[in-house]
Amino acid sequence: MTEVFGVPVAVIFGQLMLGLVNGSFYALLSLGLAVIFGLLGIVNFAHGAFYALGAFVALFGLQRLGVNYWEALLLAPLAVGLLGILTERILLRRLRGLSPLYGLLLTFGLALVIEGTLREAFGASGQSYPVPPALQGAINLGFMILPLYRAWVILVSVVVCFSTWFVIERTRLGSKLRAATENAPLLQAFGVNVPLLIAATYGGGVALAALAGVLSAPVILVTPAMGSSLVIVVFAVVVIGGMGSILGAIVSGLLLGVVEGFTKVLYPEASNIVVFVIMALVLILRPAGLFGKE
Amino acid sequence: MEKNNRVRDASVFYLAAGLFALAVPVTGIYPVFMMKLLCFAIFACAYNLLLGFSGMLSFGHAAFFGCAAYITGWLATAHGWGTLPATLAGVAVAMVLGLLIGALAIRRRGIYFAMITLALAQLLYFVCLEAPFTGGENGLQGVPRGALLGIVPLRSDLLMYYLVLAAFVGVFLFIRRVVHSPFGQVLKAIRENETRAISLGYDVHRYKLVAFVLSATLAGLAGALKTLVLGFVTLSDVSQATSGEVILMTLVGGTGTFFGPVIGAAVIVTLQEYLSDIVGGWVTVIIGAIFIACVLVFRRGLVGELAALRPRRPSQS
Repeated sequence: MTEVFGVPVAVIFGQLMLGLVNGSFYALLSLGLAVIFGLLGIVNFAHGAFYALGAFVALFGLQRLGVNYWEALLLAPLAVGLLGILTERILLRRLRGLSPLYGLLLTFGLALVIEGTLREAFGASGQSYPVPPALQGAINLGFMILPLYRAWVILVSVVVCFSTWFVIERTRLGSKLRAATENAPLLQAFGVNVPLLIAATYGGGVALAALAGVLSAPVILVTPAMGSSLVIVVFAVVVIGGMGSILGAIVSGLLLGVVEGFTKVLYPEASNIVVFVIMALVLILRPAGLFGKE
Repeated sequence: MEKNNRVRDASVFYLAAGLFALAVPVTGIYPVFMMKLLCFAIFACAYNLLLGFSGMLSFGHAAFFGCAAYITGWLATAHGWGTLPATLAGVAVAMVLGLLIGALAIRRRGIYFAMITLALAQLLYFVCLEAPFTGGENGLQGVPRGALLGIVPLRSDLLMYYLVLAAFVGVFLFIRRVVHSPFGQVLKAIRENETRAISLGYDVHRYKLVAFVLSATLAGLAGALKTLVLGFVTLSDVSQATSGEVILMTLVGGTGTFFGPVIGAAVIVTLQEYLSDIVGGWVTVIIGAIFIACVLVFRRGLVGELAALRPRRPSQS
């Protein structure tokens, strides 16, 4: 068996794979955060709670309503996205013109409400979501064993992330979105329904979080707290990537997942904190973030 | 005239509050509860120095509170340190951490500052989870209160209460002094308009860093005292939930007011203590709802809203 630094190659590839899976979730979540921040100027602390909500909608659907994985993949983001639109219309809209810190505080409170409700409704202990039959099993690639479901997660997240990037950067809708980011009143004067655009953006952003939740349900334990620690890592990812950059959010999300995976092999004790250490280093060397402009 | 009235009202209020605080042991209020409340009041006042008077929203203050709590608890339990040295060591660690985290975080402003403090505090949370001396998931239990200066035994709740009360009064007066000093005025100037403060020639970074370190140090004192009072430290003391709680206390009471954080701490600690018996796990949801309500309709907090009800001269700050 070949080894690098005393670690078998298969283990390295296995961790690389796991890292990419985690990175996929980071990328989906930080992408949603970046899009919401770009247009609303709000750092959405409830992002982790919406991610958990996505997983629980899938779980609830499977156990009570007979909604299978494939339907949940579509329905959960849709339901959570609608909830997001309502949240924006009822709560966040009232914070326009105030310091963005209030948005952070309000969504923090919202996260507590969602997480607390999930805990009361489903219990604090974790539940598992079965891997859908079509994606069970693994392929032997020779140098490593590739579990099908993990490959699926990476594939979906990469496709969704780059489609989102394409929509924002290359389509008519995206150009309106970017225009609203630059100067919302002017865009409104041109006859674009900016409040609708804002609500839809928030809905879309949290729908991405919910999608990440459904995708992650079969590979992790579904608990009400699954989002609250993740969202802090994603914040760090966003600081590293640079807040304004869509591409930065995607790339640094995937990259940091891989870095975390490697740390698990080489120095497991540090795997929980490596992202934060990198954030500190980036802040010292390049305060605006890797892809950010100041 | 108006100003004299306000000063007189404030004196009456402080006198009443002081008398109440001194008389607590005879009122039949559970002394440990009052001590816990005072510890969180110190914590919230320390936090308010940063958010209210310097305009920096830290989302990681549990790191200073919790790490000081761990250090004090560890030294008093495993190494038999006395009450005072163990407390001072905890406070010193909070100060050093405040210096390190502050130096990094003040490189960015606003929400970035909040996210960076949050992330660095989470780093310390994981350090506390895995470090050999913190007891991991179990935390530290059975921390002895010891004896003050080796003579005054603190096992009795009565003496401990007055010690915590004295610490609280000291911190409260210290913060007033800091805010009313020229240094505090510069902090306010930075809060209101940082660019202008820079153009006036102030070294804004240094002022912010000193404010951050002061706030972290006092938060550490709150954590160290809390350990001595309750006799245990748990991971939740360094968790983001605690960071959120101290923000909420400050917000509920009124950011940028002197007594607001004390009221806020009283409200939140009381809610958690008594409400969780009635509604169980829903207390998180209620806390979250209070957060939302505060941000939407109640941004000045209890004390701030009360003060706004009264007519005041515009020149007064």
